[in-house]
Amino acid sequence: MQQGTEPFAIRVRDLVVGFGRHVVIDHLALDVRRGEILGLVGASGGGKSVLMRTIIGLIPKQSGEIEVLGSPVDHDRSTKAAAGRWGILFQQGALFSSLTARQNIQFPLRENLKLSDTLMDEIATAKLEMVGLNPEDGDKFPSELSGGMTKRVALARALALDPAIVFLDEPTSGLDPIAAGEFDVLIKTLQKTLGLAVFMVTHDLASLNTVCDRVSALADGKIVAIGSMRELLKSEHPWVRAYFHGKRSQMLQPKAN
Amino acid sequence: MATAPLLTATSSGDALELRPAGSWVASNAETLERLSSDMAPQLDRAAAVKVDMTGVHELDTLGAWLLEKLSRRATSAGHRADIVGIADNYAGLIDEVRQVNRHTPAPPPARNPILAKLGDIGRATIGSREDIAAFLQMLGALCIAILGILRRPRSLRLTSLAYQLHRVGWQAIPIVALITFLIGAIIAQQGIFHFRKFGAESYVVDMVGILVLRELGVLIVAIMVAGRSGSAYTAELGSMKMREEIDALSTMGLDPLEVLMLPRILALICALPILSFIGAMAALYGGGLVAWFYGGMGPAIFLARLHEAVSVTHFEVGIIKAPFMALVIGIVACSEGMRVKGSAESLGKQTTTSVVKSIFLVIVLDGLFAVFFASIGM
Repeated sequence: MQQGTEPFAIRVRDLVVGFGRHVVIDHLALDVRRGEILGLVGASGGGKSVLMRTIIGLIPKQSGEIEVLGSPVDHDRSTKAAAGRWGILFQQGALFSSLTARQNIQFPLRENLKLSDTLMDEIATAKLEMVGLNPEDGDKFPSELSGGMTKRVALARALALDPAIVFLDEPTSGLDPIAAGEFDVLIKTLQKTLGLAVFMVTHDLASLNTVCDRVSALADGKIVAIGSMRELLKSEHPWVRAYFHGKRSQMLQPKAN
Repeated sequence: MATAPLLTATSSGDALELRPAGSWVASNAETLERLSSDMAPQLDRAAAVKVDMTGVHELDTLGAWLLEKLSRRATSAGHRADIVGIADNYAGLIDEVRQVNRHTPAPPPARNPILAKLGDIGRATIGSREDIAAFLQMLGALCIAILGILRRPRSLRLTSLAYQLHRVGWQAIPIVALITFLIGAIIAQQGIFHFRKFGAESYVVDMVGILVLRELGVLIVAIMVAGRSGSAYTAELGSMKMREEIDALSTMGLDPLEVLMLPRILALICALPILSFIGAMAALYGGGLVAWFYGGMGPAIFLARLHEAVSVTHFEVGIIKAPFMALVIGIVACSEGMRVKGSAESLGKQTTTSVVKSIFLVIVLDGLFAVFFASIGM
């Protein structure tokens, strides 16, 4: 949790990403402020995951600039140096199936820090409890965990090194509304406690409404609208209108009503 | 930016005042752990502990936990511990860390290593009984499926069978031929080298012929097929099981055994005798070439001697075993595939088990056949 001077956790300028001739991200600009939760919505297959994966350096960009905490990100060398700066919660959890939950959380600690085994166990248990699990759950293998527990363990692993930024790829997908609601609360609490910046790709209108400080909408490879939920609901962009005012969104009540 | 962490202690009478300073973050983990463990003896002596956090300008879970541990150590000894001067933005973190690690899960009861070993042996013994049961169950289910097909021949999945035959039969020919060719050549070379001492080089033909046709040809080919196709079956079925494809099949009212396993096992049963025949021919060819170039025995003499030494019985004994070995390989591969659980590790484990088990069973079966053929005089 380093208190730097730059106001933005992530700063993306003029980003172009594509595969062959197919351009997915087209001159996109986006800022994530420190300590905010930014939600990203977009059509399925519209490049949300590509944008996230480009920011964390898994996909090479064609042109443009990405700065994370003031230092540029490159596909080639970013991943190693940045390991301590960000944590990533993949959609399916991506827990290492041969390790127990506790070992999964300890893995980044073990690789990056020199700690005694006792302290490592204590930290792992602390993280487990912070994400709302019992210390006993730490001895389970990923195949023995339920969907919600898998996401929680994956979140604990993403938070293992106390990163300044956390990327969440559809954190509530596949969870029942109660579990999803609990997970939303958890994200909000942890974000407050640890002062995280959170970049969250989601389709869950409830999470967007309750958790996110700002929401951005990705359409045609660009950010077409960004702002609070209220501002987005007023947006005139046809895709954003269709997204938030479609039949499925009727149950959605604006946050500040 | 991160600065070096400090921990200074000033004691006044019984009271100890700790002043942590600098960056108490994970990147300084090593120093932090040393600092806080060095403080332990002083901490145990003090009657009251005050932690003044005004000097800390960076804090994360690790740092907060170490400070919490210090104050918990003091409280557990019955002393007072206060934490003061917490910056507003870290108050939540400190509160959060106070809640954690309150109860440690009971460590697993220590096991007597000898008893544990004995327990493992016992479990493995019972497990092997289950293995036999699973094998027999699979064999029975397979027989029922085959009976079903005899009654309704149209229900046989011909496309799948042909595709599997292509994979385990046709595509295996080059490697099977190459390896058996080399083995035939090696046996012939060794035979000539050692028989030469007794002037019995010509008996090499008997040895190569009988050995290859009766035992080695089919055994080597079966072992190769177990490694090549059996492992592929286990991995395929296992990953289909992991991704719930097998469950999807059963919910559509289809029997995975009939759709997936029967074509695979039938393909193996058809392919293995053919591969054994090709393998035996390649081995004889290799043996013949070595006899010609290394032993100086021309092809005409080799063939004539082979004709005398080998009868159709030898060939029959070899080839009769092939379908049975294929059946064993197929059943083991499929049932191990169905045992795969959710993790990638279990897929690897089951694939290994499948290959090891089928090679073992193939060799045992070969031994049983040897006894059987000896007793009926073949």
